[in-house]
Amino acid sequence: METVLIAILCLLLLGMIAAVTARMPIGRVLTYGGCLIVCLVILGTGLTSIAGPIQRLTLPLGLPGSGTHLRLDALASFFLVLTGLGGAGASLFAIGYGRHEEEPARVLPFYPVFLAGMNLVILADDAFTFLFAWELMSISSWALVMAQHREDGNAHAAFVYMLMAAFSGMTLLLAFGLLAGPSGNYAFDAIRAVSPSNGLASAALLLALIGTGAKAGLVPLHVWLPLAHPAAPSHVSALMSGVMTKIAIYGFVRIVFDLLPTPPWWFATIVLVLGGITAVLGVLHAMLERDMKRLLAFSTVENIGIVFVALGLALAFKANAFTTGVTLALTGAFFHALNHTVFKSLLFFGAGAVLNATGHRDLERLGGLIHRMPRTAVAVLVGCIAISALPPLNGFASEWLIFQAILLRPELPQWGPKLALPVDGALLALAAALAAACFVRAFGIAFLGRPRSPAAEQARETDIWSQAAMLIFAGLCLLGGILPGVVIDFLAPVLQALSGARIAPQVSDAWLTVAPITASRSSYNGLLVFLFISGSAVLTVAVIHRFASSGLRRAPPWDCGFPDPNPATQYTAASFDQPIRRVYGAVVFRTREKVDMPSPGDTRAASIAKTSHDTIWELAYAPIARLILAVATVLNLMQHLTIRRYLGFVFAALVILLVSLTLWQ
Amino acid sequence: MDMMGALLTQFAQMALVLGLAPLLTGLVRKVKARLQRRQGPPLLQPYRDLRRLFGKDVVMAENASWLFRGVPYVVFAITWVAASLIPTFATGLLFSWSGDLLVIIALFGGVRFAQALAGLDVGTSFGGIGASREVMIASLAEPAMVMIVFSVALIAGSTQLSTIAVFMQSDAVGLRVSLALALVALIIVAISENGRIPVDNPATHLELTMVHEAMVLEYSGRHLAMIDLAASLKLLAYASLIICLFLPFGLAGAASSPLDYAAGAGLWLVKLTGAGVLLSVSEMSIAKMRVFRVPNFLGAALMLALLGVLLLFVSRGM
Repeated sequence: METVLIAILCLLLLGMIAAVTARMPIGRVLTYGGCLIVCLVILGTGLTSIAGPIQRLTLPLGLPGSGTHLRLDALASFFLVLTGLGGAGASLFAIGYGRHEEEPARVLPFYPVFLAGMNLVILADDAFTFLFAWELMSISSWALVMAQHREDGNAHAAFVYMLMAAFSGMTLLLAFGLLAGPSGNYAFDAIRAVSPSNGLASAALLLALIGTGAKAGLVPLHVWLPLAHPAAPSHVSALMSGVMTKIAIYGFVRIVFDLLPTPPWWFATIVLVLGGITAVLGVLHAMLERDMKRLLAFSTVENIGIVFVALGLALAFKANAFTTGVTLALTGAFFHALNHTVFKSLLFFGAGAVLNATGHRDLERLGGLIHRMPRTAVAVLVGCIAISALPPLNGFASEWLIFQAILLRPELPQWGPKLALPVDGALLALAAALAAACFVRAFGIAFLGRPRSPAAEQARETDIWSQAAMLIFAGLCLLGGILPGVVIDFLAPVLQALSGARIAPQVSDAWLTVAPITASRSSYNGLLVFLFISGSAVLTVAVIHRFASSGLRRAPPWDCGFPDPNPATQYTAASFDQPIRRVYGAVVFRTREKVDMPSPGDTRAASIAKTSHDTIWELAYAPIARLILAVATVLNLMQHLTIRRYLGFVFAALVILLVSLTLWQ
Repeated sequence: MDMMGALLTQFAQMALVLGLAPLLTGLVRKVKARLQRRQGPPLLQPYRDLRRLFGKDVVMAENASWLFRGVPYVVFAITWVAASLIPTFATGLLFSWSGDLLVIIALFGGVRFAQALAGLDVGTSFGGIGASREVMIASLAEPAMVMIVFSVALIAGSTQLSTIAVFMQSDAVGLRVSLALALVALIIVAISENGRIPVDNPATHLELTMVHEAMVLEYSGRHLAMIDLAASLKLLAYASLIICLFLPFGLAGAASSPLDYAAGAGLWLVKLTGAGVLLSVSEMSIAKMRVFRVPNFLGAALMLALLGVLLLFVSRGM
């Protein structure tokens, strides 16, 4: 507990030092090196304290009379592991990557503060500290989004982000206000102790869902995320996508599973439905995106959807007091959150490395990087396989657990979850298949094929620090995938605290097989699958090279006899996603293609025009924006009046107030 | 001894599927040819093709990367592992608990992922067109497959293939609407996953609608042999899967005598032959679809399977 607190103070201190040293060459190494060490300390504390007793601390800071309450329990420890891991990786990556920063003074001071804010949210044990840390996290990340403010669109992204962050903070403030009641006791212990009335609890649940969902990127509150996450420098994008969204999930779990009594089933249904829609919509957007970092941000939306589906399952089971289901679903949710931290950070590192090497984020200008950036390519490939939920990597293990939770099919008396469960199963499967398609496209267009621009042709492998960060995270993807039992056992204290039960110990099973319920029901052994595949592959290679041919000749590509040396004849990202765009986009985004094919003999160029609509933006946000603009235009008339008229307004307002007060009484 | 016996059976299964896979492909080709009143290639032609390809040098595109070289082996290895996890002549094989039905589907997903990447590696338009269409088809086939697994798993109370097969052999199954829907959906999915008519045509080149063949166009020599062998294995695996889920009678139990195993294997061969003949007949009687009609075809499978699962969730005790 004290260790983490000191670590947070160190981070704040590092931020101050960075403000001074940012322009010096030593500043980068000092800041990121310091952050790396501090994050490793936090990671270590999280790893050790997860099974330990609950630790509390009250500091005489903050609101007068109440003080700052801090608490470190199993749930907080697990999320400290996430922040520690993600922060350490991003810092290691940034030691090398930060060299390319044009204005380090806009990044370095805020980076440690951002980390400090996220860690403080996890420790907070009263609403005031929680919201303070929440806003610290938002503001510092906003500053980081604005770091490259001269680039097109970044200022807009930061503006939308600011609005949504304020909205999220406001709803959480209201939620805590409702929970604390008229007595205004904001300590979480006090909130746990009172049992709010049904109406109050429902309102608080919905507000908490909106507040944390807006921060996590739950549809329809996700619009800021694909704008803001890519705008920041890549290591910050990794933190925002990989870690900050998990802090939002932490907030949701803390409020809904810990502070409030068991939520009713209709709330579980809402979470299930929103989660399923988020997963599919996020990945569809990602599939059709050509900006590499925006693609990753949309894929974050997808993964948040998957986690929320698992949380919704847990809520549905909890509403029916089905503890086995709660533990299984929550394990899946936490495991997936951990996995997403690892592979999304890795992929953002990869995107950053590519961006540095080529100067492009646009997939259509990349290609062939596997030859010029071999180590980055390997690491990113591992990340792509993991995020596509393919065995034997970690993404599959967590999604497998979530599927198993759906398949428990307990006796759910309510129609809501009963219908939502199978539909969510289908949506998750759809999201997984589309994610595989999306990352085949992302990796295939960026790293395979022939270079589509001179910059991609001259790309050079990234620096050693960035490589180390990527390869370590790629190793973690593999480890988490082949040893899922270790992670599940590691999560047991968290589940014990949240649901009062745990999944049977997995590590003691023969060959480290994972069997969450019983072996005859379902089992998965990532280690054996990995060994089988690599074993038979090696065996095949050996046998063939020994007994069959081993010669190899290089020749021009075959391409059915018509190879064209021009790289423009390759499949592009847009041509790759065309079938998917036609099948799904026509419904979801109302995409249309207009082909203008000149008749024979006509010499004008043929052309194709694509149109698509962001349905949610147009339905939910554009009307609000238009309304505000209309009101502002009307009010604009009042901007250039004389002082007498303004005084007249003030007087009139006073009179109206007084009259209405008199009438009311 | 027990352990040795279990290991031996497992290896027998692995060898069996590997050895028989080209034969099934040859059978389908032969029956199809006979139905078209052609003589057709001999039954063992796929083996000869493989031997010929294995003996040849590889001609690889100049800009192909290590990924292109590795993919055939990975594709073959994953397919082989997946095929050995599906019970063919006996349930309860030694390694069967290392992966359930969801793992098997995901393994096939991994095969597709690797192949699509290899299709993009050389940077030709044919590779791209194949990869792009393959992932589009998979984006519908995979969820349909998962829904089929849901139907079966919810009825049998397990995703473990051995447990499901044992359950399906028992009287507890009865006639169920959901299973019928799942069977129809599974057949559609199996056809599309193996690139058979009407989704794709394995016997064609230089046709605008080809999918799988376009993806592997750049491969030659031993690499092509691995990929062809993997495709045959996949066909066999899907046929065995349908048999194991819906016609499991005669499967030997967990610890049976060698005689039971032999009987199980014989029955499996008969069923497999039947499946091959049925496939040939169906391929003979329908025409290849346009690519953009495939989503409707697969969408129907997805909806049927989803309907089956919804029925299971809504109606208890059925």
